[in-house]
Amino acid sequence: MAEYFTLFMGAVIVNNFVLTRFLGLCIFFGVSKNLNASVGMGMAVTSVMTISSGLAWIVYNYILHPFGLTFLTTVVFVVLIASFVQLLEMIIRKHAPTLYNLWGIYLVLIATNCIVLAVPLLNAESNFTFTKSIVHAIGSGAGFALAIILMASLREKLQYADVPKSLQGLGIAFILAGMLALAFFGFSGMIPL
Amino acid sequence: MSAESKLEIGTLAVSTSPHIRCDESIAKIMWTVNAVLVPAALFSIYQFGLPALRTLVICIAVSMATEYFIQKWQNKPITVNDGSAFLTGLLLAMNIPANIPWYIPVVGSVAAIGIAKHTMGGLGYNIFNPALIGRAFLLASWPIAMTTWPTPAGWANKVDAVTAATPLGILKLQGYEELVKFFGDKTDMYMSLFLGTRGGSAGETSAVLLLLGGLYLIYRKYINWQIPVCMIGTVGIITWAFGGNGGLFTGDPLLNILSGGLILGAFFMATDMVTIPITIKGQIIFAVGAGALTSLIRLIGGYPEGVCYAILLMNCVTPLIDRLVRPVKFGARR
Repeated sequence: MAEYFTLFMGAVIVNNFVLTRFLGLCIFFGVSKNLNASVGMGMAVTSVMTISSGLAWIVYNYILHPFGLTFLTTVVFVVLIASFVQLLEMIIRKHAPTLYNLWGIYLVLIATNCIVLAVPLLNAESNFTFTKSIVHAIGSGAGFALAIILMASLREKLQYADVPKSLQGLGIAFILAGMLALAFFGFSGMIPL
Repeated sequence: MSAESKLEIGTLAVSTSPHIRCDESIAKIMWTVNAVLVPAALFSIYQFGLPALRTLVICIAVSMATEYFIQKWQNKPITVNDGSAFLTGLLLAMNIPANIPWYIPVVGSVAAIGIAKHTMGGLGYNIFNPALIGRAFLLASWPIAMTTWPTPAGWANKVDAVTAATPLGILKLQGYEELVKFFGDKTDMYMSLFLGTRGGSAGETSAVLLLLGGLYLIYRKYINWQIPVCMIGTVGIITWAFGGNGGLFTGDPLLNILSGGLILGAFFMATDMVTIPITIKGQIIFAVGAGALTSLIRLIGGYPEGVCYAILLMNCVTPLIDRLVRPVKFGARR
């Protein structure tokens, strides 16, 4: 139990994918202008990451690894995740239009995102068990949600600030992200990966 | 409140109710804070000698110059004389080792004023405490120089003085017994920590002078007593409960309160009006969070000291706290 807790907290805070590995930056900057949207994005990324980690684990451990095809891992995972997200999007659009209106746009955005690919790859590389992969994926998703929600709240506050013209928009967002990452340095060394 | 005395967003003054007029101004508050920090700064010069004076002068001069040039360049009103850049420089100098190579505080001051403060529009808009961003920036860039502290040898100190470990460093690497042995006995240890005759960053060593300064600020109502009390109390309780090796409640809370930059941070940086929540309730959440994060980093983190990062992390969640504790209109439901 303690092992899972460490893995989870490590993925949320200490090895936060956005703020210490700088993955998933396109959605991190693209959707963090507004707090409500960023909450939705955080939840969408967490769920997609968890399900695709589970699928990827099955494919890796029952197909790729037994047949000695591990050199194809990256390609297979890209195809697997992209097609899974597309499928999910179609199913949701057909059967749950309300949910689609809330989340649909995010699903399209994350279909080919590096952060969703990175977690299954890391799971495969670290030879995690199925449960560990899922815990790691949920933790990584929660870490992404934490980062994007913090970022959105800071950017909403900065809307009223007298930011120099040349830095408005993405410029100040990158500087903010840098300072957030600097603050997250405080957690480094807490849990070795 | 007079027109120049309040941080303004367009024509809106941002504060929580009640809104009372008074004759305070940014300059008056900032210079008062600077003045109460002077005894601790002088003590650092007495203790670490000329290198401390040099670091103080570099930080303050570069901070003020950066502020001047950025405001000149942007054609904004120049507010170097309001004391806020002076305060940032002073706090940064007090937060780094006295005998550090000269270019490190220069970079730190430029980062603090130029990046943390003016990219966001200057005083009143910055999200993070500029002095702490300066320190975190330097700690990420020069981790060894930033954690090599001089011995408190007074005027005999040269720039390349013999280095000494800080109490928290010894605690982290060698354990509690070694730390007590280092000072002699427990009473000597507490006295040394309280008076400040120990290794550490330039201005953080003397607990008593910082406390006196902080108490004066509370007396003048420039800071709330709740913030330092909650932050220091939280660190005390958590380190007392989980800090010892003999089980629950065997830690040494007094040691943890007096060492490191906790008193400096709790009184002078966690109370920065710009970067903390607006309401008292929010400020208490902020202070408890900062105390908890400080203890967390000290107990299980990679660094011996966590005050700087704890306050920066709580700066990140300040907008969310403000959202959470927004005052309710009279008679309205939340």
